[in-house]
Amino acid sequence: MALPSYTETRYRIWHYIYIAICSFVFFFLIAPLFVIFPLSFNAEEFLVFSEGMKNLDPDAFSLRWYKDMIYGTKNPWGLAAKNSFIIAIFATIGSIILGTLAALGLSSRHMPYKGIIMATLISPMIVPLIISGVAIFFFMAKAGLAATHTGIVLAHIILGTPFVVITVTATLSGFDHSVTRAAASLGSNPVNTFMKITLPLILPGVISGGLFAFVTSFDEVVVVLFLAGLENTTIPVQMWTGLREQLSPTILAVATCLILLSTLILVSAELLRRRSERLRGINR
Amino acid sequence: MSSETKQILTTDGIPLEVSLKKAEKKNKIKAFLLVAPLLLFLVITYIFPIGDMFMRSVDDRMVTNMLPKTFKAMEKWENLDELPPEEVYRGFYEDYKLLAENQQHGKLGQRLNKEKNGFNTITKKLFRQIKRKKIDESASLKEQINKLHKRWRDVEYWQAIKRTAPPYTASKYLKGMDMYFAADGSIAQVDEDRRIHRILWLRTLEIAFFVTLFCFFMGYPIAHLLATLPMKYSNLLMICVLLPFWTSLLVRTASWMILLQQQGIVNDFFVMIGLVTDDNRPEMMYNKVGTYVAMTQILLPFMVLPLYSVMKTISPSLMRAGKSLGGTPFVAFWKVYFPLTIPGIGAGCLLVFILAIGYYITPALVGGASGTLISNQIAFHMKTTLDWSFASAMGLMLLTGVLVIYWIYNKLVGVDNIKLG
Repeated sequence: MALPSYTETRYRIWHYIYIAICSFVFFFLIAPLFVIFPLSFNAEEFLVFSEGMKNLDPDAFSLRWYKDMIYGTKNPWGLAAKNSFIIAIFATIGSIILGTLAALGLSSRHMPYKGIIMATLISPMIVPLIISGVAIFFFMAKAGLAATHTGIVLAHIILGTPFVVITVTATLSGFDHSVTRAAASLGSNPVNTFMKITLPLILPGVISGGLFAFVTSFDEVVVVLFLAGLENTTIPVQMWTGLREQLSPTILAVATCLILLSTLILVSAELLRRRSERLRGINR
Repeated sequence: MSSETKQILTTDGIPLEVSLKKAEKKNKIKAFLLVAPLLLFLVITYIFPIGDMFMRSVDDRMVTNMLPKTFKAMEKWENLDELPPEEVYRGFYEDYKLLAENQQHGKLGQRLNKEKNGFNTITKKLFRQIKRKKIDESASLKEQINKLHKRWRDVEYWQAIKRTAPPYTASKYLKGMDMYFAADGSIAQVDEDRRIHRILWLRTLEIAFFVTLFCFFMGYPIAHLLATLPMKYSNLLMICVLLPFWTSLLVRTASWMILLQQQGIVNDFFVMIGLVTDDNRPEMMYNKVGTYVAMTQILLPFMVLPLYSVMKTISPSLMRAGKSLGGTPFVAFWKVYFPLTIPGIGAGCLLVFILAIGYYITPALVGGASGTLISNQIAFHMKTTLDWSFASAMGLMLLTGVLVIYWIYNKLVGVDNIKLG
């Protein structure tokens, strides 16, 4: 972004203001996440930087809140983490299967009423979560699935499929259909063609949609608050309760773990995106 | 096609046109069958329940079912300014007696009391008389009931019963807009100091609008920078946008709660630069400021990503051409670059606005009393007052607003053009 030597002074000034604004916005976006790291190692119970921490005194730092998170007797984090992972994994599998099938149908040029069907399938992403929560709660209460893992998994499949539909449809938009015709002309049945030809090619899209579905389920709190009983508590529900009652440093320890998890997901999503673009022959 | 022209036949002797149509139809069914499982699943678990919400929000069959004989008799009540005829009294008496036997009379009294104040007293009085068997069913019930309390002789109370007859009502929707059905059936406004819902709707719109505006003014420059920087730098900076995007909403809200608290880092900073004194730290959380700051940061990636994907496609040579034709950098930006980014602006703004208007978690945690939105009110009625029909009504009012925006979004951008990351 070096400026050419002939740039007038006022544009030079404007350019530096622009860089300053951008730096501020990037700082605004990313800095809040980094406040959590040091405070989660606080030796004291308060959520402010103690004098000892400011002076980098090693005694002011400790792992006590991480110990509390894992071994604390009254802590529900173990159960919550188990539930969160079980629910998110099943919801992801369900979303991937239903979403990929639907995306395959939607990408066919023979699909009737494409616009309205697409709008319906995407709607859970657009409708405010609170309304989805109320509607899904009414259904699950009638079906006798409130306060069960099954009910929450089904709810998260509803919320997760739009992401799979969108990413897989996007992958299929660059898909060369002559390869499936070639397979068919060589005697392959449709299922075999899908498993051997189509699926490997659209896999990056499927996995990245699955990642979205996983994160949506893992992070979802509004609908779970309506559906969950004490046995179905998840990490977000526990964080929500903790944040409403009192901010304890244990929550920050959990939050740090969640940030590490999201970094992991970000890296995998980014790698997948690049691989997908390479496969589809989009060069930048 | 006229029958005289020679028809082209396929090898098995069927006209090509028929054969093609058949194949086309088969393909259509095949494509539809792939979509069917998800569509069916969503219709059963999601679309129907939203319809169910609508039914709940207008449902008012309770009284209709409780007083069947009364309403049947009321069909013969012609002059509504005078007390109803004997049959209506008899119908009401019989209905009420049945309710009293089934211990349901209390519910009716409460419901009628909502329609007109004072019903609870006079229905209880009637209940006591029935219990002591002091009412002579062979004599005129109209006279006996009228004698019980002067309100039974007031025609307005009978009109109130008649108003509860229709099985459906729009009263919950009116309540959501701080209005109600007055005694004569017209629509009236709630007293000015009790108009809480209108304030909430306006505040929701206001916060959604300003959050969108802030996101736009912060998102546009960085999207531009990301799109124009060389790849190796922009990939690095993109992490600043994507990491918050992938991080849990509650984690980000928690970090704002730490930053904005009275002894928090933001206040420490203000004290350090001398903006405020140490014993006079401003309250930045549990009010609108907290909601604005936290929501802007949380929704900013949803503005940056669509803007970035549009800006990425704009060739830098266009700006150079604008400048070489004599435009200053500002003119070239305003006349060439900016108009090309409008699709991205539309997508980003509508996405952020739709998300902001239905926000629940962040306002509930950092908003306090003056920063809560309509979603919080819906949750309150679902969980605390258990007035599910009112929560449904407000939810559907919000949904209507969102669907209008969604429809505009679909027209302008198209849902299939949504890009994620």
